[in-house]
Amino acid sequence: MDDKPFAITLGVGTSRANKTGAWRTERPVYLDRLPPCNQACPAGENVQRWLSLAEEPSYEAAWRQIMEDNPFPAIMGRVCYRPCETACNRGKLDQAVGVNSVERFLGDEAIKHGWTVPVTAEPSGKRVLVVGAGPAGLSAAYHLTRLGHQVTVADSGSRPGGMMRFGIPRYRLPRDILDAEIGRIADMGVTFRLGRAVTDLAEAMRGFDAAFLAVGAHLGKRAYIPAGDCARILDAVSVLRDLEETSAPALGRHVVVYGGGNTAMDAARTAKRLGASDAVVVYRRTRDRMPAHDSEVSEAGEEGVRIKWLSTIAHAVGGTITIEKMRLDETGFPQPTGEFEELAADSVVLALGQEADLSLLGGLPGVEVDDGVVKVGPNMMTGCPGVFAGGDMVPDQRTVTVAVGHGKKAARHIDAWLRGATGRPAPKHPVADFDLLNTWYYSDAPATVRPRLEMARRITTFDEVEGGLDERTALFEARRCLSCGNCFECDNCYGVCPDNAVVKLGPGLRYEIDLDFCKGCGLCVAECPAGAIEMVPEIS
Amino acid sequence: MPVERTKFYQVGSFAVGNRLLPPEQRAVQASPDRGNSLTCGHRACRGCGEALGARWAVDAAISATAGRMVVVNATGCLEVFSTPYPESSWQVSWIHSLFGNAPAVATGVAAALRAKGRTEVRVVGQGGDGGTVDIGFACLSGMFERDDDVLYICYDNQAYMNTGVQRSGATPPAARTATTPLPGQAFGQGKNVPLIAMAHEIPYVATATVADLRDLEYKVRRAMEFRGARYLHVLVPCPLGWVTAACDTIRVARLATESGLFPVFEAERGEVTGVTKIRRRVPVDDYLRLQGRYAHLFGDPPKTDVIARIQAGADRNVRRFGLVD
Amino acid sequence: MLRQMEGSQAVAEAVALCRPEVICAYPISPQTHIVEALSRLVTGGRLKPCEYVNVESEFAALSACIGASAAGARTYTATASQGLLYMTEALYNASGLGLPVVMTVANRAIGAPINIWNDHSDSMSQRDSGWIQLYAESNQEAVDLHVQAFALAEELSLPVMVCMDGFVLTHAFERVDLPSQEQVDAFLPPYEPRQVLDPDDPVSIGAMVGPEAFTEVRYLGHLRQLAALERIPHLAARFERGFGRACGGLVRGYRTEDADTIVLALGSVLGTLKDVADELRQDGMRIGVAGLTTFRPFPLHAVRKVLGRARRVVVLERAFSLGAGGIVAAEVRSALAGNGADVFTVVAGLGGRAVTKASLRLLLTGGPGEPLTFLDLNQDLVAGELRRAGRARRSGPPAENLLRDLAGGV
Repeated sequence: MDDKPFAITLGVGTSRANKTGAWRTERPVYLDRLPPCNQACPAGENVQRWLSLAEEPSYEAAWRQIMEDNPFPAIMGRVCYRPCETACNRGKLDQAVGVNSVERFLGDEAIKHGWTVPVTAEPSGKRVLVVGAGPAGLSAAYHLTRLGHQVTVADSGSRPGGMMRFGIPRYRLPRDILDAEIGRIADMGVTFRLGRAVTDLAEAMRGFDAAFLAVGAHLGKRAYIPAGDCARILDAVSVLRDLEETSAPALGRHVVVYGGGNTAMDAARTAKRLGASDAVVVYRRTRDRMPAHDSEVSEAGEEGVRIKWLSTIAHAVGGTITIEKMRLDETGFPQPTGEFEELAADSVVLALGQEADLSLLGGLPGVEVDDGVVKVGPNMMTGCPGVFAGGDMVPDQRTVTVAVGHGKKAARHIDAWLRGATGRPAPKHPVADFDLLNTWYYSDAPATVRPRLEMARRITTFDEVEGGLDERTALFEARRCLSCGNCFECDNCYGVCPDNAVVKLGPGLRYEIDLDFCKGCGLCVAECPAGAIEMVPEIS
Repeated sequence: MPVERTKFYQVGSFAVGNRLLPPEQRAVQASPDRGNSLTCGHRACRGCGEALGARWAVDAAISATAGRMVVVNATGCLEVFSTPYPESSWQVSWIHSLFGNAPAVATGVAAALRAKGRTEVRVVGQGGDGGTVDIGFACLSGMFERDDDVLYICYDNQAYMNTGVQRSGATPPAARTATTPLPGQAFGQGKNVPLIAMAHEIPYVATATVADLRDLEYKVRRAMEFRGARYLHVLVPCPLGWVTAACDTIRVARLATESGLFPVFEAERGEVTGVTKIRRRVPVDDYLRLQGRYAHLFGDPPKTDVIARIQAGADRNVRRFGLVD
Repeated sequence: MLRQMEGSQAVAEAVALCRPEVICAYPISPQTHIVEALSRLVTGGRLKPCEYVNVESEFAALSACIGASAAGARTYTATASQGLLYMTEALYNASGLGLPVVMTVANRAIGAPINIWNDHSDSMSQRDSGWIQLYAESNQEAVDLHVQAFALAEELSLPVMVCMDGFVLTHAFERVDLPSQEQVDAFLPPYEPRQVLDPDDPVSIGAMVGPEAFTEVRYLGHLRQLAALERIPHLAARFERGFGRACGGLVRGYRTEDADTIVLALGSVLGTLKDVADELRQDGMRIGVAGLTTFRPFPLHAVRKVLGRARRVVVLERAFSLGAGGIVAAEVRSALAGNGADVFTVVAGLGGRAVTKASLRLLLTGGPGEPLTFLDLNQDLVAGELRRAGRARRSGPPAENLLRDLAGGV
């Protein structure tokens, strides 16, 4: 032995000889679960990851993480309808994390600092034609360029951006922002061929190895309204485009917008800004059935836009329209009541949805069109090999974010197709549901509210309505993230193990269970805030 | 407030560690270099609250004293599971003498260090509730009244667990133990040693639980800023004696505080100076239901009158300590 | 330096000369004058560095000594009687942990009935506690034994009890030769602990030991006690060289060389016994006296040697084991096993009853006829109580009955 009194006095730390891991019937295993925000993002952003980088704070790294999936953080931070925030588990705790606010902050930081994305891939020697310079086309062009392909973007518009420029008003998306983010793509070496519509795709594709079609849906749907000679009836898409491309259309003092989507809201709010004293949206159903997003409706309401629910326009004569009151039948369909009402209307703006102009597909073999949209496979390819399509011209939700997602997805499949491979999607992790979290560890932190432009300027100018967060508030907001389903190195498992059986591997390396000593109590699992550990039975 | 709570969830939050904090502000338990005073291979039950609380507290003391400290341990679970010949789990200078004399032994160690002019070496005494509130109580009170330079930590699991779950002076009303068969421990018994410690007007008295590491570490650190007698009473759930799942040890401690049954506070010279507010108050049912020792309260029909008496005790704590803003 | 002083004061001075660093004590008669004096020495600054801790019980006193000793301090306490019993658990612990605490026991009876006067029931009850027990015959020896006790304890890492008769010695004023500080320092080196609580070299002291090693631990403890049997005579010899007087050792004979009868005893009664022996020698009786200084460890060989030729051995005890008889006598019988001597046990001086020369003369000239005798037992008093108890189940508390009988009551 040694000089210590026998048996009564022991050497320190000698119990490491006693491997208590033998007691275990279950063992903890670290895993990554899919956070609901990531799952919900139509653009496939790794929201949680870039929020985590922003928390450090490491804004450029966070921005670059977004840019892996989406080339438009500053645009997204203004126009995305935020499905991530709807899905956010924090919404069940207090309020959802302001993901969009942080994204906008990062996007604006990038513009401010002139961050760019280098193209590091070896040139593939392949050329891809992208038809349509909207969000889907630009997204595809961006990703294809990064993958080493040479991309040409063709568009009928005089400037790139598609609906982002010609559909979304400036007060929601300032044009300097739009230009900056598109300019960054152009600077990566994408060729733009603007002001000339592609009418014969087969012809246009000559010299290209593949094509991505994303021509959007720019044709306003018309409805038959019995109207007198003097009635001024316009469509919303044209109004918004004219505003951008030529001059402000004359709408008059009393403007009626017919429809219930986001475009209807944009048209009514634009009318206010163009001097209408009275902008009324006429919609045939009720609020809960209206397709427009809450934020659009409430902002319109703040700006004085009125909405006539359960109403249809019966006819328009001179400066007056007659609306008929409707009621919903048991199936939720509006039925006429025979009650009428008159409204002053110098103009009626129709916002009844848009259709895609698919004339360029004429004669292209194999392409199928159904209900006005092009059918594509899971790899975004049309029936014609090498011709892919996305955005508003394929069946899906028509939002900028969905379109950006299409562009990315199509780019990956085009890349695979060009290389003679098939794209294989990464396996999806199980979703990190709220009940897997231990929310005790998150301190209470209500969401940050973005500043809003003062009302007087909102209704007289096209200045941006919603402001961004400053660095302090953006950081705060990023740090509200719960990191659902993924280890964020909070050290809880390391700290709460009564047996010292969790090994801390160092920054970024997370932890590992020391199975020599882990007794399998499960405290680490129970106390993991993020639900990133699970117990699995020991195999005997 | 003992712990500054910023609103940032990863900064000063309730989690153990935090990659975003500067190292000097991180919890001791977050450090890869923590003392691990009670290291692997000890024979505590799975999910043992006492093993956890002891490592947290002693590691915090090591951190506060730069390792210049000595630990005196009473007989009990902690002693038995940590030092069965031929292996010790302790990595600090440590002595176990008897069940009822740890505070006095600690007094002697402190006296020796003073006589030798080595007052930079600090003394921590520790034991379970049996060794502290019952058999060691006279020695504890003596140590308090002499204001000996010792931090004494009681790991309270509310019964004699080492001997097979018999009732102690810290066993709460209605709890079933091997010596308080149904209907369980009587109401109107038991002693509140933190309050008794305060009556000695010693420099520092505090309570803590294994549900709030940062608070516990703060209190050890704070205690080490004083000279003289200090007392820290830590609630450490016992899966064996409370009949709870091993993975619920921290959860049940959290519910003990959030129900108001175990008030978390600190006091200097007999006056309360800080109270950890209840964050999400819960009825005592939430706490009791998790524990087999209270299973008899939730039969068919449930003993609502007994539960109401326990709730009244929690309500009294809430009023008395101002646990809710 | 020769001084006329109270035994307690002398012991306190001697302890102080040994430079203890921690003293923890709880007051109990007849130990009080010792600890009072030490507290004055500490407070007055004459004994420093030293911490004097006023604890709340004897259990705490020895417990604090355990902590202090484990932390490497030379440690001292003192107690008596009930206090020693209240320490019991800690006594075993201190010896089990091998902590060289030195303790004075101012020997006193144990209740009930409560009695503050001298006998050896207290220390004898702790004979199996693993402590070395030394018994002082005089105040001079009490002083000298304390100096040796520290040296012995620290050399062997074992606790030592120095037993001195309560009141008879502690409160007696006698001439005492107090050693000088230089003499003590030369005899007693600074304490070098075998193990110590030190953050720079951490160990875990006080492990739980199961059946696999407990016997070995106990056996090693026994070996250390046996080692003390070797060391005690050496220390006594070294002491004699350094201080110029003989003191301590295992057992000392007085006129035993040619004695047929030897009376063996411990403590202050030895003085009276020697006087009686001198007188009986003048009457032609070949009698001697053996003084047992070291009772634990029990010096079997030394005792056998001292008692060697005697045909009659009388063990005079200030305590006994109820239902069995003499405690020391049992050990003496085993020491003399097979040599044919008759060993008699005489229980004397319980609870402070004076052991008179007259009674001793009577005892030694006429008897003792029985193997177990109670010196000066008042048979009438006992018979009365037995009668009373035989008559009525609820005959009242015997102690009070006896006192009433003594006072001539009903």
